[in-house]
Amino acid sequence: MEVILSLLVGAYFTAAVYLMLSRHVIRLLLGAALLGNAANLLIFVAGRLVHEVPPVIPLGLTAPESVTANPLPQALVLTAIVIAFSIFAFLLVLSMRAYQELGTDDTDHMRVAEPVHVPRPPQGY
Amino acid sequence: MADETTSSYVDLSVAYVDATVQAADYLVVLPVIGPLIMSAFCLMLRRQQHVQPWIAGITLGAVFFGNIALALRIMESGPVFMAMGRWLPPFGISFNADALSVLMTLTASLVSLVCVFYSAKSVDGDGRRYGFYPFLLMLTAGVSGAFLTADLFNLYVWFEVLLISSFGLIVLGNSHAQLDGAVKYAFLNLVATTLFLIGIGYTYGLFGTLNMADLTLRIAESDGLPLGTVALLFIFAFAMKAAAFPLNFWLPASYHTPNIVTSALFAALLTKVGIYALLRVAGMLLPGSFDTFQEVLIWVAALTSLLGAAGALASTDIRKVLGFLVLSGIGAMFVGIAVVSPDGLRGAVLYAVHSILVMAALYLAAGVIGRMTGSFDLHSVGGLYRAHPFFAALFLILVFAISGLPPFSGFWPKVILVRSSMDAGEGWLTAAYLVSSFIAMIAIGRVWLFAFWRDDLDGTRIAITPLTRDEAQAYITPIAILVAVIVGIGLIADPAVHMASAAAIGIIDPSAYITSVSPVGP
Repeated sequence: MEVILSLLVGAYFTAAVYLMLSRHVIRLLLGAALLGNAANLLIFVAGRLVHEVPPVIPLGLTAPESVTANPLPQALVLTAIVIAFSIFAFLLVLSMRAYQELGTDDTDHMRVAEPVHVPRPPQGY
Repeated sequence: MADETTSSYVDLSVAYVDATVQAADYLVVLPVIGPLIMSAFCLMLRRQQHVQPWIAGITLGAVFFGNIALALRIMESGPVFMAMGRWLPPFGISFNADALSVLMTLTASLVSLVCVFYSAKSVDGDGRRYGFYPFLLMLTAGVSGAFLTADLFNLYVWFEVLLISSFGLIVLGNSHAQLDGAVKYAFLNLVATTLFLIGIGYTYGLFGTLNMADLTLRIAESDGLPLGTVALLFIFAFAMKAAAFPLNFWLPASYHTPNIVTSALFAALLTKVGIYALLRVAGMLLPGSFDTFQEVLIWVAALTSLLGAAGALASTDIRKVLGFLVLSGIGAMFVGIAVVSPDGLRGAVLYAVHSILVMAALYLAAGVIGRMTGSFDLHSVGGLYRAHPFFAALFLILVFAISGLPPFSGFWPKVILVRSSMDAGEGWLTAAYLVSSFIAMIAIGRVWLFAFWRDDLDGTRIAITPLTRDEAQAYITPIAILVAVIVGIGLIADPAVHMASAAAIGIIDPSAYITSVSPVGP
C-alpha cells in the first residue's frame, strides 16, 4: 500500500512541477494546489499505513493491544489542508484581481512592478 | 480492586509538567499571545481608526520590554522552556527560547514597535479600515512564533501565519504594481513553505517525531539514513524564504510596491526568518549539513552578495536599491553560514540583527524622501540636505552602517565575517564579499548624494514639501530610535556580540537547549 501511495505522491509532484513551470497564472494555481496535496499525502504515507485499527487503548490497559493506525499524521495533514485551502483561496482571488487589473494572466507580460525599459541611473549631476 | 485500577493508570510524570508554571515563564509566549489577541481586538475596533495605533503600540511596547526581560534571564541562566497544555515533549508542542531565538525576537519586536510609530502618519484611513494593524500584529505574532517554537511542524504553522498576514499587507492599497508584485511574492513563498512541509514529512517519516530537542537526540543516534536529501530540501526551502541567489527573484519584484512601512517590516523581518530557520533546522537539527553542502553554500553566498550589490547599483528607484541591498545582506549572512565555523555563525547572527535594524531604518527613511520630494526616482529627488539637515545626518549614518564602516553596527559583523572566511581558507569568498559590500556602498552612497546633496535639476531648484510638525515627529523619531540603536551597537558592541556568540554556541552544541526542555530530560 505504501508503495502505491508513494508512486501516487511522485505523480502528484511531477504534475505540480510541470504545471508550475508554465507562464500562465491559472496553471500556477493548479500546480500550487497539487503541490499542497502531494505534500499532505506524503506526510500521511510517512506516518505508515495501518488498516482500520483505531488508536484507542482498551479500558484497564496502559498500552494498545496491537499496532494501531497512527493518528498524528492525520492531525498534521488536517492542519496543513486548512492552511493550504485558505492560502489557495487567497491566491485565487489575488490572481483574479490581477487578471482584471492587469489584463493578462501571462507572467511574462505582468511587468507593472518591474518595467522592461527603465532609464539607467543618473551618472552625475 | 481500587488499588489495581489506580496502578493501571499511566504514570503521567514523564509526560506532564506537574509543577505550576511560574509567571515569568509566560514571557516565552507573550510575544505570540499578546499580538495574536490584540490583533483580534484591533479587528473588532476597525472603525475606531485612532485607537488602533495605540493598541498596536502598547502591545508591541509590552512585548519589547518582555523580550528584554527574557533576554536578560536567558543570558544569565540558559534557555527557557514552556510546554503548551503542560504536555512535555515529544507529546505536546513546546516553545523554547535560547539566545538565538531571543536575540531575533527582541530585534524584531523593536522594529515592529518603531514601524507602528511611523505608521501613525503614513497609513491612511483606507489602510486602517482594511486591517493594517491587525495584519501587522498578526505578522509580529507569526515572526515571534517562528523564532520561539521548539516544534518543526509548529514552525511551519508560524511560517504560514506570517505569510498570510504578509499577503494581506502587501496588497493593502490595491494598486496595479502591488497586485503584480503580490502574485510573484505569493506564489514563490507558497512554494517555499510547501517545500519546507515536504521536508517535515520526510523528517517525520524517518524519525517519528517533530520536536526539535527530541529530533536532535534521535538524529545524533541515527546511522545510514538519507539525511542529506532532507537537509537539502530544508536548505532549498529556507534559502528561497531568505531570497538567496538563484531563488531571489520574488524580492526585488515585490518589495518596492506596498506602503513603505510594510516594505520596512518585510525587509527587516521576513528574509531573516528564513535565515533563522536555516540556522535552527539545518544548522542545529541536522549537524553536518552545512559541511556536506559547503561548496554550494559558498557559491550561493558569493553570488547573492554580488548580485544584490550589482542590482542596487543598476536600479533607479530608491526602494529597489534597498530591495537589492537586502539581498546583498542575505549574501553576507550566507558567507557566515558557508564557512562552517562557530565564528562564521556568530558573524551571520550578528549580521542578521544589524540587517534587521538598518534595512528597516533605510526603508522608513526612503519613505520620508518620497514624502518630501514626491518621488523615489534617483533622476528627480534632491534638495533634502537644505530642507532637513538632521534627517540628512541620520541617513548618512545609515549609509555608513550598511557599508560596514566603524563605529556603526555593520562594522563588527563585517570584521567577524571577513576574519572567519579568511581563517577557513576561503580567500576568494572574502574577496567576493568585500567587493560586493564596496559596490553596495557606492550604490547607497549615490542615493545620499542625489537625494540630499543635489539642489538643482537642470538649473531649477528641486521643490520640497516640508514635513509638518506632526509628520516630523511621526517620521523622524522612529528612524532616530533605530539609528541610536545602530550607533549604540557600534560603540558598545559587547552585549550584542556576546549574545550572538551564545547563539552560535547554541547552534553548534544544543545540549543546553535539550536539557532545558524537561527536568526528566535525556
